[in-house]
Amino acid sequence: MQQTFVQPEFRVKIDYDKCHKCGRCVQQCGWGVYEFNERPIPHDEKCRACHRCVTYCPAHCITIEKNTLAFRDNDNWSVDARTSVWRQAETGGVLLTSMGNPKPYERIFDKLVLDACQVTNPSIDPLREPMELRTYLGRKPDAVSVIPDPEGGFMLAEDAGVSRNIKLDVPIIFAPMSYGSVSLNVHKSIAMATQRLGTMMNTGEGGMHEDLFPYQDNIILQVASGRFGLDPDVLGRAAVLEIKIGQGAKPGIGGHLPGEKIDRDVSATRMVPQGSDAISPAPHHDIYSIEDLRQLIYALKEATGYKPVGVKIAAVHNVAAIASGIVRAGADYIYLDGFRGGTGAAPQVIRDHIGIPVEIALAVVDQRLRDEGIRNQASIIAAGSIRSSADAAKAIALGADAVAIGTATLLALGCHLCQSCHTGKCSWGITTQKPELTRRIDPDWGAERLTNLVHAWSHELQEILGALGVNAVESLRGSRERLRAIGLDEQTCRVLGVKPAGL
Amino acid sequence: MAYDLGRYDGFSPDRYREESPYKIHGGCGLMGICDESGALMSGEEPIRAMAVQRDRGNGLGGGFAGYGIYPEFPDHFCFHMMYHDLRAKDEAEGLLRESFAIEVAEPMPTRPVKGITDAPLLWRYFLQPYPEALEEREMIAEDYVVGVVMSINARVDGAFVASSGKNMGAFKGVGFPEEIGRYFRLEEYEGHTWVGHNRFPTNTPGWWGGAHPFTLLDWSIVHNGEISSYGINSRYLEQFGYTCSLGTDTEVAAYLFDLMLRRHKLPVELACKALAAPLWSEIDRMPDRDATLMRSLRAVYGPGMLNGPFAIVLGFNGGMVALNDRIKLRPLVAARSGSRLMVASEESAIHTVLTAPDEVWAPKAGEPVIARVEGMDLLFHSQLHASPAEISCAVRAADACHELEEVAV
Repeated sequence: MQQTFVQPEFRVKIDYDKCHKCGRCVQQCGWGVYEFNERPIPHDEKCRACHRCVTYCPAHCITIEKNTLAFRDNDNWSVDARTSVWRQAETGGVLLTSMGNPKPYERIFDKLVLDACQVTNPSIDPLREPMELRTYLGRKPDAVSVIPDPEGGFMLAEDAGVSRNIKLDVPIIFAPMSYGSVSLNVHKSIAMATQRLGTMMNTGEGGMHEDLFPYQDNIILQVASGRFGLDPDVLGRAAVLEIKIGQGAKPGIGGHLPGEKIDRDVSATRMVPQGSDAISPAPHHDIYSIEDLRQLIYALKEATGYKPVGVKIAAVHNVAAIASGIVRAGADYIYLDGFRGGTGAAPQVIRDHIGIPVEIALAVVDQRLRDEGIRNQASIIAAGSIRSSADAAKAIALGADAVAIGTATLLALGCHLCQSCHTGKCSWGITTQKPELTRRIDPDWGAERLTNLVHAWSHELQEILGALGVNAVESLRGSRERLRAIGLDEQTCRVLGVKPAGL
Repeated sequence: MAYDLGRYDGFSPDRYREESPYKIHGGCGLMGICDESGALMSGEEPIRAMAVQRDRGNGLGGGFAGYGIYPEFPDHFCFHMMYHDLRAKDEAEGLLRESFAIEVAEPMPTRPVKGITDAPLLWRYFLQPYPEALEEREMIAEDYVVGVVMSINARVDGAFVASSGKNMGAFKGVGFPEEIGRYFRLEEYEGHTWVGHNRFPTNTPGWWGGAHPFTLLDWSIVHNGEISSYGINSRYLEQFGYTCSLGTDTEVAAYLFDLMLRRHKLPVELACKALAAPLWSEIDRMPDRDATLMRSLRAVYGPGMLNGPFAIVLGFNGGMVALNDRIKLRPLVAARSGSRLMVASEESAIHTVLTAPDEVWAPKAGEPVIARVEGMDLLFHSQLHASPAEISCAVRAADACHELEEVAV
């Protein structure tokens, strides 16, 4: 066999003076890096730098370093570019990868700053005063109309109020990740956390396992192009339905869950044969235009007694017009997934080069819907990628009703962003179906970590609102006046509707 | 008259360099008084109520609005106009003439007062829309008038509509309110409802249009506070065709009231509940039917909720409403004396005007104080106050005395 030109990315170093020779690293590593021969011997080329062995080594004697191999400098031909060519010359295949776009494109969230109150208006102390994060997602009428109440005062006129909205105690929901791409224990962890937090999770396109039925009131069920795991019973259980058109990490691309990830349970939940590949087509084969989308939205509503139906799209160039069409087609919310959004598997060329940042998509969609006077007809959920409460606050100020967190959710459960979900060998037991790996996540433990994370972000959002001198999240939502840009060009500022700092 | 739907391009048009594109900050003092029996009181009393609150302003803005002051023209819209120069006047008058049948056009009666300088050209017009124009556009008169007001304020450089309602007017400018009151000879007017304002802007536009009250149609707003939700409030209003060209909280509050009361026909109590919404925890504890109503109100009008410290008085033909923010971060005191209901930033103002009030209280956060003039329609001004008065447009500029009057504090 020919020698590969691709050198290991990492170097696994073991301090054998400290090593207990216990073999735990061998047992922990899902990638098969270690061989045991009186002591653990690492095979560097298999290492993904996921730090599972580092975390669980009782002697703390393992460290992972970058392979600092020198290459002749070339700004044009980066080492990555050279390596990709070698890989493809070896295999003749599309390079696969996972998680979000890691390329050094402009990170707009990092160039936006928030306001605070000084003197002319007081900031508010969230530890002393109420600070409200409750959010209702869904279609709202243009106006509330009331009639006199015979018993005094006023009451809602018939069909005049807000109905079929989704109540969220925090404007943060869990992003769609399918059972199959992640393990059932991950789904259970998220489901338990949503109930504790008063928020929603999203099944992704893999259907709803029966273990999730107790949490069905907090579940958004995704209807994707493969239509996996959908039947009248499951549709009737979920609180909300979401038509997935696209994903930020791979706009315009379908999905492919390899047969080896489809065990008995996944097969039952997805309603596909065990061991066979589950292919999601790129488009829905019954949606070739906006009017087809309208039909599916109303078919789902009719089938479920008019549950809210959202539509998830990837952020692409013409996103504002697309979003307007989606709202007019009857969607109750639009889920905008930016190009930094994660994925369980995607061609690298797609993930790294297609789509636009969610900050831009969110700004133009919110503005377009306002220009057309239909902003109240649908909520906007922003995702891909929300890395912190600060990102969440900035997204809300740009116009999002709520944000969805996927990568952050997995990070909370141990993910180290090694970008290898597609291999199905996740050492952290997240993106795998191997029982010896999936049992590494105890749903109770996972739920607690997720609850902690969202609680922490909520407290931080409350601190931000307090500094801004408002005590309800709706007063920040779309309030771009409270944002300023540092170091963004004028055109981007204009698109974002945000003034540069100093103005 | 079609008006610009106010496409937000990130930077407001800089028609008024003095005000926009910056958000205007400031603190203030205010008052409002209404005789619910419809009995008239002269402008003297609001002047005195504002004079004792002099320290709440810095001389960069004062003003009043009176209702029932033009009984001779009950069915005409009265435009109080400010012009920087004759060119602006010509341009704005052209627009007015094109849009309305003008019954009377005259300079505002004023008297020279020490401390008041750099007054713009002040004119008032009693006018009505041409019925054909309304028919052609299928609009009601009020919407038509709003359109013209928006057009003038946004498009005519150096012209500003100070008020545009029926049987009411706003009198405002740069100066302390008692000086402004004397300058406009307010003691010669009689009205059933008055609001007054003293401004403490933290930047110094020195621009007459920027003083309070801010008005639209019959609504006049005086406001002490800082609306921290200005950004979303103004974007919400743009969706309904309002152009927030001044960058002031007061403008936003006026448009929100106009939207909810006039266009969405919400009762004023509920409009107040939308602007200073109860906490979700309070809503959850309400009886079911109230909770359902409040939940809808808050979910729908959330972008219009005024968040941040404020005390606000809304005057209209038929009464006034005073409202504090949701957690009462600015002062507001109320009192009743017989048929008179009065509110002010400071209790001293109340005791200056009402010698022995029956009751004085501090309204709770988000609880509106509402005064209604007996027999008057709350929303529209179709049935006007009919009691006689001798003031108003009979007073002409030529009659003004020329000695400088020193205004006593």
